[in-house]
Amino acid sequence: MNQKYLIPLTTVFLLFLIAYTGVQGAGLQVFFGIVFPYLAVIAFLGGFVYKVFGWASSAVPFRIPTTCGQQKSLPWIKQNCIDNPDTPGKVFLRMLLEIFLFRSLFRNTKAAFNRNESNKLAYSWEIFLWLGALAFHYSLLVVILRHLRFFTAPVPACLTWLEYFDGIIQLGLPGIFISGIVLLAATLFLLARRIFDTKVSYISQAADYFPLFLIIAIATSGIFMRYFTKVDVIGIKTFTMGLVTFSPVIPQGVGGLFYAHIFMVSVLFIYFPLSKLMHMGGVMLSPTRNMANNTRAKRHVNPWNYDVKTHTYEEYEDHFRDKMIEAGLPVDKKE
Amino acid sequence: MSKELTPDEALDKINFTPKSGNWMDTTPSVQIKPGMYCYAAKADSVKTLGLPNARPWNPLEEDWKLPENWQEILHQGIKERLEKFRTFKIFMDVCVRCGACADKCHFFLGTGDPKNMPVLRAELLRSVYRNDFTTAGKILSKIPGGSRLGGGRPLTMEVLKELWYYFFQCTECRRCSVFCPYGIDTAEITIMARELFNLVGLNIDWIATPVSNCFKTGNHLGIQPHAFKDMLDFFVEDIEEITGVDCTPEYQKKGADILFITPSGDVFADPGTYTCQGYLMLFKYLKDKYGLDVTWSTYASEGGNFGFFTSHETMKRLNAKMYAEAKRLGVKWILGGECGHMWRVIHQYMDTMNGPADFLEVPVNPITGTVFENARSTKMVHITEFTADLIKHNKLELDKSRNSNRVITYHDSCNTSRGMGLLDEPRYVINNVCDNFYEMPSNTIREQTFCCGSGSGLNAGENMELRMAGALPRANAVKYVHEKFGVNTLGTVCAIDRAALSTLCEYWVPEVEVYGIHELVGNALILPGEIKRTQDLRMEPLPGMEEE
Repeated sequence: MNQKYLIPLTTVFLLFLIAYTGVQGAGLQVFFGIVFPYLAVIAFLGGFVYKVFGWASSAVPFRIPTTCGQQKSLPWIKQNCIDNPDTPGKVFLRMLLEIFLFRSLFRNTKAAFNRNESNKLAYSWEIFLWLGALAFHYSLLVVILRHLRFFTAPVPACLTWLEYFDGIIQLGLPGIFISGIVLLAATLFLLARRIFDTKVSYISQAADYFPLFLIIAIATSGIFMRYFTKVDVIGIKTFTMGLVTFSPVIPQGVGGLFYAHIFMVSVLFIYFPLSKLMHMGGVMLSPTRNMANNTRAKRHVNPWNYDVKTHTYEEYEDHFRDKMIEAGLPVDKKE
Repeated sequence: MSKELTPDEALDKINFTPKSGNWMDTTPSVQIKPGMYCYAAKADSVKTLGLPNARPWNPLEEDWKLPENWQEILHQGIKERLEKFRTFKIFMDVCVRCGACADKCHFFLGTGDPKNMPVLRAELLRSVYRNDFTTAGKILSKIPGGSRLGGGRPLTMEVLKELWYYFFQCTECRRCSVFCPYGIDTAEITIMARELFNLVGLNIDWIATPVSNCFKTGNHLGIQPHAFKDMLDFFVEDIEEITGVDCTPEYQKKGADILFITPSGDVFADPGTYTCQGYLMLFKYLKDKYGLDVTWSTYASEGGNFGFFTSHETMKRLNAKMYAEAKRLGVKWILGGECGHMWRVIHQYMDTMNGPADFLEVPVNPITGTVFENARSTKMVHITEFTADLIKHNKLELDKSRNSNRVITYHDSCNTSRGMGLLDEPRYVINNVCDNFYEMPSNTIREQTFCCGSGSGLNAGENMELRMAGALPRANAVKYVHEKFGVNTLGTVCAIDRAALSTLCEYWVPEVEVYGIHELVGNALILPGEIKRTQDLRMEPLPGMEEE
């Protein structure tokens, strides 16, 4: 068995148990419901800002976008404005498509080699990683937005609309939110891919499994509370409004499962800035994507450019003068 | 020396399924294998350049003769580069190991070695970064087994050897970067790794010696000024024999309109030499018809820049000659020949490093009046941009039928496609000098083009097994169009390609020959006062002239 996923799996299980028994057994509601979430939010915000500032403080000495289409050159040659942008506006478009539609991932192919007479390397379009990633990120976004209803009073109309569309498939009560189901399905798909795709399995680290297990556990506990144990939503709203207005209260009749849920969310918050999850911030700052391919048209300045030792023409001519004169090549000094 | 593999033996080795287990466990068993690595740099070359730790050493030996504090030097080196390059810092942090890049690398596709997956190549260095530079890594290293669980590891000699081995199995082609959702560019990471190697004297000779040559004599091959002229004279004689026209070029001519710089490979090695003859003919044509004055220089006689494969600083030192010579000669702007990494350097680095070129004029083609807006600041134009503009304005008389025996496909060079976006200019030129043009499959051209397997200074002789493995994806696509359309010609705008693809074809698709685009232009171009041509630039009979 593989430590790389057994340890993260066990860790997530323990995290759940710690919070659940901590509340059910030891009555530590204040710690798991108030102290830890506040600390987690501080760690998240602080860590996120620290990390992004850390990146931003590094120089961008050269303008080196990866160009994925025709450059702007002669007026009659059609430029690929999105994949080879030369103006800030076109870069913005490229970044929008990258951030919101994962354009680069959309190109993904799968290579296969058949050792036979033709020995052909074949490439086929591989859409599932893109689909899985898109489903995961968007369902997570919707789930997060939906949770804002716990932190706002009155609930903004846009959230009500979002809930309406998210719950458009009505099957019994309470109505099913598509986002939660998709989120769970997508994370399970991404997990399965990590375990069963031999290449991805080989490159995976515990740090890749941990957030997946954590999100799966968070989603599962959320789904459980909503559809099965049917937690006291009014009590929870009192609690969350207390947190957000800085006058926290511990509600009656809310059990360990809820505390385990917010404890795991808090852990995710703390873990976020320390981990690869920071790709959320990094993608926007990535110089191969967010720069215009116009380095020949518009000079880019390197903040740490320094003078270097070169071999000057004078040194060159001094070295080769006789040979140059003999060969009839022009020289600056005859002697 | 290693026994050279036959193509069949090479193909037998390919398996894209990695073994199970932790890749870190295989580090101690990484062997520097003959056929897969390049020889160590000669001490003299390193000394000429004033780079650190010049000494004789051998990668196959246990002792690499590093300075005693090599770990400290590398740690400082990484720290400094994290501050100087945002790319490096972000690329160390944000990879999610989604695996989209895994099967995009020609070296992975050709060898099946999992450490040639771009993600894993980067992880080799990232594991050291995680251990030494991240908060999570520092916390985890306090727990027994924590480092390893967090994917971190200390920089030991074994790790350094593994890094060296695999970062000299990357040609900085950027294909993985096209597919990465965060634009992580392994080329950038390889560039950093090689800068780090350079700090402790772990250079390879195939890079260090050309760099040293270029520094002293003006070009990678170390061709001295008189010999450079001799070689062009030799081409002039050949062209005169074929066309009856004397195409003698100008050298170091002060006040010329344009300074022309091309890789020295075009002057030295077949089939680049034929491309070079194409340039000479084109300039003669433009001189006679329109009075355009182009000069060559023996001082700035290298378009390529192996300094780029050493360090940013070395790249700058070699590149400085282009502007220095243009300024000394007082030309209006610079025209660059067909080359790959040369154009990455010119397009994305030159102006920043050695500019501003305020002593030059915004490039204008005096014959067509076209202003090369995309080169407004750097003031250097790619020859296919220039020739395409001339053809578009009907300024060249061309006889396509002279290339009618060429069934051609076009190989996009990695650097001009993914570090510039020069895709349609060469195709336009090809279509105007040849009738039979066929594209390779779409996953293997344009921004998805495959490297020749020999880029970034890896085109040595001793690492042939690696080169031919890396060449497989390109060769496979060439073979496909060869079988389907009868393609017999592989066109390219890269000097390293002209040499490397020739070896590739010989090994994988022997029926196909490699041509530079301006060789085809030279064949088609009708020079004023030329005799009836019966031979092409390779002195083979022209189509229809076989009987005479």
